[in-house]
Amino acid sequence: MSAEAHDHDHGHDHEHEHHHKDTFITKYIFSIDHKMIAKQYLITGIVMGVIGIAMSLLFRMQLAWPEESFKIFNVLLGDKFAPDGVMANDIYLALVTIHGTIMVFFVLTAGLSGTFSNLLIPLQIGARDMASGFMNMISYWLFFISAVVMLCSLFVEAGPASAGWTIYPPLSALPQAIPGSGTGMTLWLVSMAIFIASSLMGSLNYIVTVINLRTKGMSMTRLPLTIWTFFVTAIIGVISFPVLLSAALLLIFDRSFGTSFFLSDIYIAGEVLHYQGGSPVLFEHLFWFLGHPEVYIVILPAMGLVSEIMATNSRKPIFGYRAMIMSVLAIAFLSTIVWGHHMFISGMNPFLGSVFTFTTLLIAIPSAVKAFSWITTLWKGNLQFNPAMLFSIGMVSTFITGGLTGIILGDSTLDINVHDTYFVIAHFHLVMGISALYGMFAGIYHWFPKMYGRMLNKNLGYIHFWVTAVCAYGVFFPMHFIGLAGLPRRYYTNTNFPLFDDLQNVNVLITTFALVGGAFQLVFLYNFFSSIFYGKKAVQNPWRSTTLEWTTPVEHIHGNWPGEIPHVYRWPYDYSNPNHDVDFVPQNVPMKEGEEVLHH
Amino acid sequence: MTSLLVIIVLVLLAVALWQLTKIFDLTQVGASSDDSQVASDNDNNIQGYILFGFLAFIYIFTIYGLLKWGNLALHTPASEHGLLVDNLMNITWVLIFTVQVITQGLLYWFSFKYKGNKDKKALFFADSNKLEAIWSIIPSVVLACLILYGLYAWNNIMFVDKDEDVIEIELYAQQFKWTARYAGADNTLGKANVRLIEGVNTLGVDMSDKNSQDDIVVSELHIPKGKKVHFKMRSQDVLHSAYFPHFRAQMNCVPGMVTEFAFVPTYTTAEYRELPFMVEKVAHINKLRAEKSVDLVAKGGTALDPYTFDYLLLCNKICGASHYNMQMKVVVDTPEDYKKWLSEKTTLAQDIKAAAAAEKPAAEGAAPTTDTAAKVIDTVKAVVDTVKAAVAKVAMK
Repeated sequence: MSAEAHDHDHGHDHEHEHHHKDTFITKYIFSIDHKMIAKQYLITGIVMGVIGIAMSLLFRMQLAWPEESFKIFNVLLGDKFAPDGVMANDIYLALVTIHGTIMVFFVLTAGLSGTFSNLLIPLQIGARDMASGFMNMISYWLFFISAVVMLCSLFVEAGPASAGWTIYPPLSALPQAIPGSGTGMTLWLVSMAIFIASSLMGSLNYIVTVINLRTKGMSMTRLPLTIWTFFVTAIIGVISFPVLLSAALLLIFDRSFGTSFFLSDIYIAGEVLHYQGGSPVLFEHLFWFLGHPEVYIVILPAMGLVSEIMATNSRKPIFGYRAMIMSVLAIAFLSTIVWGHHMFISGMNPFLGSVFTFTTLLIAIPSAVKAFSWITTLWKGNLQFNPAMLFSIGMVSTFITGGLTGIILGDSTLDINVHDTYFVIAHFHLVMGISALYGMFAGIYHWFPKMYGRMLNKNLGYIHFWVTAVCAYGVFFPMHFIGLAGLPRRYYTNTNFPLFDDLQNVNVLITTFALVGGAFQLVFLYNFFSSIFYGKKAVQNPWRSTTLEWTTPVEHIHGNWPGEIPHVYRWPYDYSNPNHDVDFVPQNVPMKEGEEVLHH
Repeated sequence: MTSLLVIIVLVLLAVALWQLTKIFDLTQVGASSDDSQVASDNDNNIQGYILFGFLAFIYIFTIYGLLKWGNLALHTPASEHGLLVDNLMNITWVLIFTVQVITQGLLYWFSFKYKGNKDKKALFFADSNKLEAIWSIIPSVVLACLILYGLYAWNNIMFVDKDEDVIEIELYAQQFKWTARYAGADNTLGKANVRLIEGVNTLGVDMSDKNSQDDIVVSELHIPKGKKVHFKMRSQDVLHSAYFPHFRAQMNCVPGMVTEFAFVPTYTTAEYRELPFMVEKVAHINKLRAEKSVDLVAKGGTALDPYTFDYLLLCNKICGASHYNMQMKVVVDTPEDYKKWLSEKTTLAQDIKAAAAAEKPAAEGAAPTTDTAAKVIDTVKAVVDTVKAAVAKVAMK
């Protein structure tokens, strides 16, 4: 890996270019400044998150009280989909589909990676901006357009896509199988194609910037772990998203041009369709070839953010920096060869099931290494419990809980009985819906001063964390039990099975926790938006952190540093270094005479 | 009106919260305005205690969950391989719980013990090859053992020996019901394809195939205890999944493909009903149903039927609007009862013939289109013939 960057002269030129004044449009709308683009990703992600959570509260209400009528259903879903306040069965499926799509892609991928990769990569590696500010801007606006298209799909006459966020054909290919597979599904595919283009552009930018634009002294092994995870995440994205795009394109062909990639021997609505020779299992392979790396694209940046925040708030180095890098690389590599664990009972050859069980249980090892490293980082630290730190600890806690149930799901024999039950829902919500989301919240609380020059209110932060933590457990922990009872997912109601009557009380409890937890996110929203305008003004380095972003001025300037870009002389984790009196030494402070390096 | 009150309450609650935080901020005497939103030693102290309290919450909630909802899990498996599955599951649970208790304990205990203040200094502890080795090797060894046992079980369950003595049954999935086809005396299912669907032959069985002649189509699945049943699954339209939770069996039904799963039932329906855990479960469910019925009747509806346990086949892959109501009753009989039940069924070939015959007479009103109606007509014809013969006999006297 090249250890030096060549930005020395380029930096001066860049500075002179931006002495012109920004208009409102070039500053806030079509900005090529990575810091503004990061905030654009964040706001869009938050808006989509609110919509996604609102949808989940609607269908949770349906599950808890299936025979009740609710005025709000009629208000939000209209007379066609909720006549007399009773939710219709196909719109239930549409809600779970769009909820999943929005949360996984728009909130936890674009909202998480897009925000923090854009904000932190140039700042933490010591670059003026991304390699291509223009392409960066395009990647945001494509994301915005894909979000608009996805939201438009909610308003088509036959309803939005309803085949689950996994959109398996033939259900997603045939409008006669479910109404949402008409125009709603077409718009979903268009939205996702644009989203993938956006994601690829962003990823390419991140990769090129990290490789080429590091400042003098910033070798790869002096990069903060945030950068490592963003970098590796971008690589996984570039490898796997195009495969989803190919699956989407082939599906568009099957839907609109009569091909048979995924369809064969179908009799529906009283007639035999012409399709011959295709296989839905092919779609599953193509989808999950992205789908599995996708969940690591979601969690790895969250892990990077948490590593950084924990080191800063423990006043200690992150434990095992090199092992953390190697485990990120191992997770990235393994994540591309485990996708079949979503398909154990898809009808594929059971031999494949054996292979995927093996690789899936392997991926538990680097994940365990990371969890143990975070715990060891806390040991004998001087822990500062800012809200960001609480969310980071929460992230580690729920990642362990959720990850452990992954060992059951990854074992093909055990998956036979829990596949597509609430057990799976409990697992992936713990690791994505809570763990990764906590990482995102932690990042927002920690880097809000950098983004907006102001501080978030810490007491509101504490309230937000604790209510969310209790409610999140209350929602997803009981789901394991109803999953083990054999309750399938994506069921509009369970009242057709007296066998499941004794699970209904659990469903009511889950929904109650969900409603309270969902409502308390308003505390965060209030804190976030009011602090942008009225928050306490931040100092340059409020958390006393060692990384380079805290050496830039509080007021944003294009090019990040007013003068020369700092040079880097040490790794990012010199907290409580015995060779120094202060409990942190920024990366741009030169080594003392004869100072030894105290880490691997 | 209620919604207005609710909104007012929420707004007042929000205002109260805002006021509380403002008051709390004012109490931060001595804090410089720059650091007021950074955690102080006091914050660290309080949060440290709350974090430890949260550990108690996690442990207590877990134990509460196990006690209150532990009995909701599926309990005794009703198949041979189910014992293998449950054994592996239990071993995995023990491992998982051990790791969970230890790691959560350490995480929150360290959080509490090392809550920070200005006078403390953290320990610069950046690496330890020894620790890395310990916590890489131990999980690897444990996981390797789990993998080996898991793969042994998987191979046992998923690969059906060609020489094994099995009963072949087809499960046919469609929006939104299940149908089963028995292979009959030759134990071979006749070829089928959706392109051959016509009239009574709703499964598209190829009647020109000699193996199809003894195939029997039913809408309630009966299987014999102690014999291996080999299911061949087909789907008519979209993906479905044949999920038999009590038997620890699940396999997707894919249009254009035949998938398979085999198991040996080990409890007849009658026997499974008598198992103590099931007696309790059914009693509990009926109690809930009785309570609900009181409400329903009060509102002018009908009471719910009491519940008796039956094995079930459910659809477990999203398949459309009525995915939540796609089920088939499964009955495990003794081998004798199974033989008797099967012998009373007509074959598909007979049903097709009967339907064709019933369509021939141009009677007033519509020709019968169901096989049941056709059977009724056959029976009536037989009775008429018998009566005619008897009358003739009497007349001869």
